[in-house]
Amino acid sequence: MAAVLTVPLAAALTAGPVVGPALVWVALLGPGLCALAVLLLRRRAVVLVADVVASSVVLLCGVALLAGVADGGAAVVTAGGLLRVDPLAGYLLVVVGAVALTATWGGLSPGRARSRRGGRYTALVCLFLTAMVLAVVADDLGVTWVAVEGTTITTAFLVGFAGGRRAVEAAWKYVVLASVGVGIAFLGLVLLYAATRAAGDPTLSWVRLVTDRPAVDPTVARMGLLLAALGFATKAGLAPMHAWLPDAHSQAPAPVSGLMSGVLLAVAFGAVLRIQRLDAVLLDGAAVRTLLLVGGLLSLLVAAVLVVTQRDVKRMLAYSSIEHMGLVAVAAAVGNRLALAAMLVHLLVHGLAKASTFVMAGRVLAVEGTTAIADVQGLVRSAPRVGVPFLAGAVTLLGLPPSGLFLTEAALVVAGLRSGYGWAMAIVLVLLLVVFVGMGRAVMAMTLGAPPAPAGPPEPAAAEALSAPLAPVSLALAAACLLALATPLAGTLDSVVAVLGGAP
Amino acid sequence: MSSGDASQAVAVLAGLELLTAVLLAWRGPASSPRGPLAVQGFALAGLVAVIGVAEDEPVLWLVALLVGVLKGVVLPTLVVRRPVRAAGAAGRPAVTAAVPAVLRPAAVRGRSRVPLLLGAAGLVVVAYLAARPVARVVTGATGQALPVGFALVLVGFALLATGRRSQSQLVGFLVLDNGIATTAFLATGGVPLVVELGVSLDVLLVVLVLQVLGSRIDTAFGAGAPGGTDLDQLRELHD
Repeated sequence: MAAVLTVPLAAALTAGPVVGPALVWVALLGPGLCALAVLLLRRRAVVLVADVVASSVVLLCGVALLAGVADGGAAVVTAGGLLRVDPLAGYLLVVVGAVALTATWGGLSPGRARSRRGGRYTALVCLFLTAMVLAVVADDLGVTWVAVEGTTITTAFLVGFAGGRRAVEAAWKYVVLASVGVGIAFLGLVLLYAATRAAGDPTLSWVRLVTDRPAVDPTVARMGLLLAALGFATKAGLAPMHAWLPDAHSQAPAPVSGLMSGVLLAVAFGAVLRIQRLDAVLLDGAAVRTLLLVGGLLSLLVAAVLVVTQRDVKRMLAYSSIEHMGLVAVAAAVGNRLALAAMLVHLLVHGLAKASTFVMAGRVLAVEGTTAIADVQGLVRSAPRVGVPFLAGAVTLLGLPPSGLFLTEAALVVAGLRSGYGWAMAIVLVLLLVVFVGMGRAVMAMTLGAPPAPAGPPEPAAAEALSAPLAPVSLALAAACLLALATPLAGTLDSVVAVLGGAP
Repeated sequence: MSSGDASQAVAVLAGLELLTAVLLAWRGPASSPRGPLAVQGFALAGLVAVIGVAEDEPVLWLVALLVGVLKGVVLPTLVVRRPVRAAGAAGRPAVTAAVPAVLRPAAVRGRSRVPLLLGAAGLVVVAYLAARPVARVVTGATGQALPVGFALVLVGFALLATGRRSQSQLVGFLVLDNGIATTAFLATGGVPLVVELGVSLDVLLVVLVLQVLGSRIDTAFGAGAPGGTDLDQLRELHD
């Protein structure tokens, strides 16, 4: 069906030079207008669906743009070159839209829309989407930086939305650590700019740097690119700069956790990928590759240790995100075509599965009144509408077949062995097994087995969670299982991998 | 302005920035960071103006004005101001920390700052070493002052890491940010205007967000001391 929809759109894109830029602007301004509508109209219906509408707009524009720019289409450039959608940007737009649709549709809550702060919540989610779209479609690395910092600002109050000591503590640490990390990235960009200025052509435009390949001073450029990669990696949740992540992702409302874990990490990692490409083009690429390999393995180690000992289900999911970002970083470090394709699919499939599981974890919290793993038992039998999808999401995240993550993880290991990263793949496999056992045990204890005796009629929040729609989660999980098998996507993936310069 | 004059002016202004950074490290919890921060911001704005004159770039004069207003007036004022409490004390005017105008060494207040001061001296040396390769590629009057930007970044980091109150962490963040801005202007004559505007807006918003969160922390953990709640109390979340 997607092909039926996208073929005419792609035709329209190649036909007119106006349609492409218009789509970029719609993706960028659509969520912003949704936020404006929420703040101006303050109708309950608008507050309820505005973020779902915004996500759908981003997804549709992303699919259309990707169809237009992939398979040999020209990149869409607008705003005097500040914004540029190449296949990588188009693909990340699709990831943003798809994951955001899962999280916001799954997180629809009439109760929250009725509450006094519901409008603020929805408006902030829409602005958060705008910032992510800008981070993805910006070609100027300075603009990317501004947008990534914008994601911190828009999510700060969402992390602290629940109120109370834990939420404000998480929000404070999140804003301080993320701003400082991203600040380091800006220092890196400044040094890169200084290097290009000394080479005679001051620019932060990614595409100009990649195509013109200015003869920069290697020491300064390497310092700049390393700092930039390190700074953006902080926001992507790579160890050892991950300290903010488990707190922020566990304290935010469930749909926001899903958005942050499922797609904000991917958006920040997109910036890291651009920096890595610059390192490969301007220098030899060794510095950022080493950073990604070490950071990725370290993330897997941190996640393995802390998933096993975890007592809170949302924190466990947050550590699972660190694990998956670690895998993605290792794949980027391996850097051949298979590894990069696996990495791209992994980002999308992980996003869908993580958003679904977080949404379901939110419903578990509403039904059981707790996120402590030990206090939840036999969900599949006591509340099947919550327990079964939660189990399905967790199993998808663990990478059991038919999960798409099984295929991408297998492809990563094969790619790593081919490129001579045998020892790293051995470490990856051992740590994956540890995470599998730790998280699998916790999830089985929560979902399978005998339920405790029912304790009276459910609360209003629990009733809402028990009757909430399952369609978004089911669709996302089905996509997470089927997407990796969709061979028609191979051509599209090839063009995205080409942007990243994957060696065969 | 001859290049000799420009490079002397740059040296003086950069020195002023470094001096205020050290003062901020030295100050006690009861003294206001507003004065030193404002001086630092104005010195940075002056630096931008001097570079604008030396390189004959009128757009930098505009940037200098923006930097002066933002970093010399708005941000230092925001740091010492608590936003109106949402609950309980609705409508109460903003509470400024009651502080004497003079700087007092922290030793008077109990905790010695000597280690931090020695550390700051060490960080300045590190900054000089780290900035050498960058200074090589910078032409014009500004290269010799470049280590000051790096030093500010490192001192800001140290302040952030050792600050126990929300206000001291905020001050550390601003010194760090001033350091990055100083490096940007000295090494590149300023990033493109669009980026500069976006960055300024981001910094302003981050400080506002942190101020609101700081006041929420005061409410949640029991307010009191000037400069905000002792952040060592933030221990609810751990593994």
